[in-house]
Amino acid sequence: MNEEALRDLVPQVLGVLVRRGHDFATAEDAVQEALLDAHRTWDERMPDEPKAWLVTVAGRRLVDAQRSEAARRRREEAALTEPPPGPAEQADDTLLLLFLCCHPALSPASAIALTLRAVGGLTTREIAEAFLVPEATMAQRISRAKRTVSGQDFTRPADIAVVLRVLYLIFNEGYGGRVDLAAEAIRLTRLLARESAEPEVAGLLALMLLHHARRDARHDEHGDLVTLDEQDRTLWNTDEIAEGVRILTAALARQRAGEYQIQAAVAALHDDAPTAEETDWVQILAWYDDLLALTGNPIVALSRAVAVGEVDGPLAGLTALEGLDAALGEHHRLDAVRAHLQERAGQREEALASYLRAARRTTSTAERNHLTKRAARLRSA
Amino acid sequence: MPKYLLLKHYTGGPAAPLPNYAPMDEWTPEEITAHMAFQHEVTRMLTERGEFVDAQALSPQGAWVQYGGPEAAPVVTDGPFPETKELIAGWYMIDVDSQERAYEVAALVSSAPGKDGKPIHEWLEVRPVMWSHPHE
Repeated sequence: MNEEALRDLVPQVLGVLVRRGHDFATAEDAVQEALLDAHRTWDERMPDEPKAWLVTVAGRRLVDAQRSEAARRRREEAALTEPPPGPAEQADDTLLLLFLCCHPALSPASAIALTLRAVGGLTTREIAEAFLVPEATMAQRISRAKRTVSGQDFTRPADIAVVLRVLYLIFNEGYGGRVDLAAEAIRLTRLLARESAEPEVAGLLALMLLHHARRDARHDEHGDLVTLDEQDRTLWNTDEIAEGVRILTAALARQRAGEYQIQAAVAALHDDAPTAEETDWVQILAWYDDLLALTGNPIVALSRAVAVGEVDGPLAGLTALEGLDAALGEHHRLDAVRAHLQERAGQREEALASYLRAARRTTSTAERNHLTKRAARLRSA
Repeated sequence: MPKYLLLKHYTGGPAAPLPNYAPMDEWTPEEITAHMAFQHEVTRMLTERGEFVDAQALSPQGAWVQYGGPEAAPVVTDGPFPETKELIAGWYMIDVDSQERAYEVAALVSSAPGKDGKPIHEWLEVRPVMWSHPHE
């Protein structure tokens, strides 16, 4: 059994234990220990029923933990029994665990860490490496998060939008340490999509696949960013594109378009174009109109202005940017989009100044290098 | 979560010299112990909150070093420094939810007890650490 298939079992195993009445935080520790046992022993002898094996081993760990806890409190051995069995298994355990780990009382960083461990089955060390913090710090972040959600109702569904937001944040974290967080986010969203018929879940999964498909084309041989219009499209992953389009089409057919489905639709139109010149910007603009009407998000207005620039020309795009300063004034992306449109409109000096302002304001070195190079290219043109 | 570097500027800063400044060699042993205990407590608290990345103190010893050209030795100089030389005494690196929280931690660090147990009010330079990849 490979690593991912093993970790696919994590939410199911944890779900069983929590349904039996075990405390979430303790049960989660027990599942982690059972996973370590599995890594140690399965190479030699693979159990016939891996999930049942994990439930048994984690359950034994829980009884051990209870016993030592009880000894510490000088309780009587006789009081030690397993909690009465509840409903043994449910189809939507991953969903309910995600609701718990993405509880609105948690900060995004805490929700991300807890999700990766309790649902993703990653170790604290792997999560710490991915976020470039010491393991002790990540251990504390996770145990604080567990304390926060401990005692929360395991059966009541919360707002799925919060869960989707956390998964999307994990996807955007990209790569750190040995863990590919984008791939991990896709795996978790797949698990969720198996249990949830919500079209936005499918929309998010499609969005992730359609973006992930361009991964190999996104950086050049020096590791520098390559923008969509200059990417080598032969490097795009056609399997991921096909799967993303298939999932998106099924979701859109249900006539309940939301934020993620619309973003995925835009990504699909980009992925569908054999060359940048053949991009269907008219349709993209229509989707951005819908998205802006739906969210009112000024960042969406920014993306829409790029589409306007492609459909009606750069001056129209610049006009579409007007009024965004109030909401986005200090955001580097406003200057970056403005620079791009000014460059296309032949406003060389203005574009140069906008590129440099954007480069100063971004907090990403990859973007800073890219924007600085754009400015340099313009200066030497 | 954004990371921030909190640079401890010892005597430097936008409004140096500090009003209550007294160099550590004029403190009593108890005052030094109290100061160090405070630093450890800050580290412990940051770790417990899941925010700690790193903390280091820097030796006041050091030199300026520069490329000397092909085939040449590095250019090394330990002075002359201006009289009110800005000395970076050390740093914290933290991983926090917001800029506000970073400022809060910096203010706490600056409240470390010094001479007579009073807060030293040293200036902390708070700088966001850049991401390596594009980010929302």
